Amino acid sequence: MAEVKFDAASRIYPGTEEPAVNKLNLDIGDGELLVLVGPSGSGKSTALRMLAGLEFVNDGSIFINDKDVTLAPPQDRDIAMVFQNYALYPQMTVASNMAFALKQQGVSKEDRMARVKEAAKILDLEPFLDRKPKNLSGGQRQRVAMGRAIVREPQVFLMDEPLSNLDAKLRVQTRTELADLQARLGVTTVYVTHDQVEAMTMGHRVAVLNFGVLQQVDAPRTLYSAPANKFVAGFIGSPAMNLLAASDVGGRAGIGGVQVPLSDAVAAAAGAHPARELTVGVRPEHLQLGSEGIPGEAIVVEELGSESFVHVRIDHLGESTTIVVRDEGETDVRRGDNVSVGFNGPVHLFGPDDQRISG
Amino acid sequence: MSGSNTGPVVGERKLGGYLLSALAWFVGFLFFFPVFWMVLSGFKTEADANGPPKLFFEPTTEQFAEVTNDTTGLLSAGEAFSNSFWAVAISTVLVMLLAIPAAYALSIKPVDKWRDVLFFFISTKFLPIVAAILPLWIIARELNLLNTRLILIILYTAMNLPLAVWMLRSFFSEVPRELIEAAQIDGTNLRGQITSVILPIVAPGLAATALLCVIFAWNEFFLAVQLNPIEGSTVPIWVTGNVSTRGNFLAKLSAASTLATLPVIIAGWLAQKRMIRGLAMGAIK
Repeated sequence: MAEVKFDAASRIYPGTEEPAVNKLNLDIGDGELLVLVGPSGSGKSTALRMLAGLEFVNDGSIFINDKDVTLAPPQDRDIAMVFQNYALYPQMTVASNMAFALKQQGVSKEDRMARVKEAAKILDLEPFLDRKPKNLSGGQRQRVAMGRAIVREPQVFLMDEPLSNLDAKLRVQTRTELADLQARLGVTTVYVTHDQVEAMTMGHRVAVLNFGVLQQVDAPRTLYSAPANKFVAGFIGSPAMNLLAASDVGGRAGIGGVQVPLSDAVAAAAGAHPARELTVGVRPEHLQLGSEGIPGEAIVVEELGSESFVHVRIDHLGESTTIVVRDEGETDVRRGDNVSVGFNGPVHLFGPDDQRISG
Repeated sequence: MSGSNTGPVVGERKLGGYLLSALAWFVGFLFFFPVFWMVLSGFKTEADANGPPKLFFEPTTEQFAEVTNDTTGLLSAGEAFSNSFWAVAISTVLVMLLAIPAAYALSIKPVDKWRDVLFFFISTKFLPIVAAILPLWIIARELNLLNTRLILIILYTAMNLPLAVWMLRSFFSEVPRELIEAAQIDGTNLRGQITSVILPIVAPGLAATALLCVIFAWNEFFLAVQLNPIEGSTVPIWVTGNVSTRGNFLAKLSAASTLATLPVIIAGWLAQKRMIRGLAMGAIK
């Protein structure tokens, strides 16, 4: 069991000036599943590889259980990693793949087989132990890669987009199994993904990175309800939050010609900036179609069964802009209908520095 | 419209395929025929071999018996084959032992200026060997290495090393980086990564490289004839020993040549099995 700590850790790739990971500070608790999420190029994989010892740390330190491992080679860190393409040894059987690390540790053959069998049981891999990786399906290979990690009983699991090579249905199923397995084993896990749904559903806490800089690290619920800045607000949530430069309606922030509802505290804090320099953020599910509000025209209706999303073209700051509104399933709204968009939930305001204004 | 078009197009393609196959068979036959004729002539009597070409004749192993018979004062077949075997085997093993770490250092964890290093290796092949023979001969004489197997082992190793480094480097570059990283995380040291992960994956490449080294060393004639004309002579010298100025001994020469090609064919067959097994192992995904 282990705690992991990044202390102002930076990685600058040779030949580049911008750090791929910039002064990352992160504390990961014992048994926690922390998800690193961000768009491609955000440095999430680099951060994971720094923890694995596969990437040199140019500045700062990394600790596992208060032990400085910044310069330790991967084999001395007692970690296990699941790679995006699984990286199974093609010449070895499933059993040998899973036992390989134990063999390196000098575990006896009987113990190795016992532990491999145990892991195979957990992962439903028992019938495949004698097969080579090429004779397995994608989902089975993924489980072998998981098995290779769990037989080790390591201090920390590292997972680099382990589900991205699976098809959509299997990904959702495996996601649940993985989260359950991690909770049962209670091993500290760092999980990298670019998929914010994966991040939100699996992570105990989620760290959002962009351009190598940590934007926010919080429980999924907090990321959703109180995004620290404009980037997190736009990245977390599907469909994405509507983010619009605010219009000035009677000295307060608005969309089109309508003032947005704000708590007194937020309104007071926002009062320090002219309304025109603020950004309004509101999630589709916190808007509704009704008889009052911002007038507009429905241009796309996405019917998903349980709910639908209506793209509404509105007049905002003298231009036509599209905002997305969540409506109930089997909506009556059709393309071309004139609608009014009202508010039925929290509205976020972001200051000129892109940080969220809280009351 | 499209229906009436596809018919003839498919037909043309088929015809083109047949023509190409016929051409390939013809070219293949053209290449193979001299070898076939040589093997055939080895089983003929001198009278048959030197007369008008005959496809059907009474086969005899008399020529094989004669070329492998020891004659005093001449290089015996047994001696030549054993000299060749040791020179080829030891030099090939040495080449592989030296080339594997070199290839690793030029592909997986490239050293500084690896391009220059790679160029240096190949540049050693630029000099025509005939231009280097005099200094080589003098050095060999000064070191008392003339007419020894050792000098051929050293030179064959040097001769094949650049090629082996280049070939292995390209095979090593194909090894997925993640596999080596996975092995690192699984706790292997450098030796473990090479022996349990990299080498099994590049096994077909190793087989191909070793095969080429064997072929080049086995067939080498120039260095052998210049440095080892008396003792330590190899098979190619023994084959030419059967060329006589006292008349045409085509059948005898054919028999000797056939024997000289056999070991290479066996080596090729063994390596091929290895290569196919390696290719069938499958890639990472």
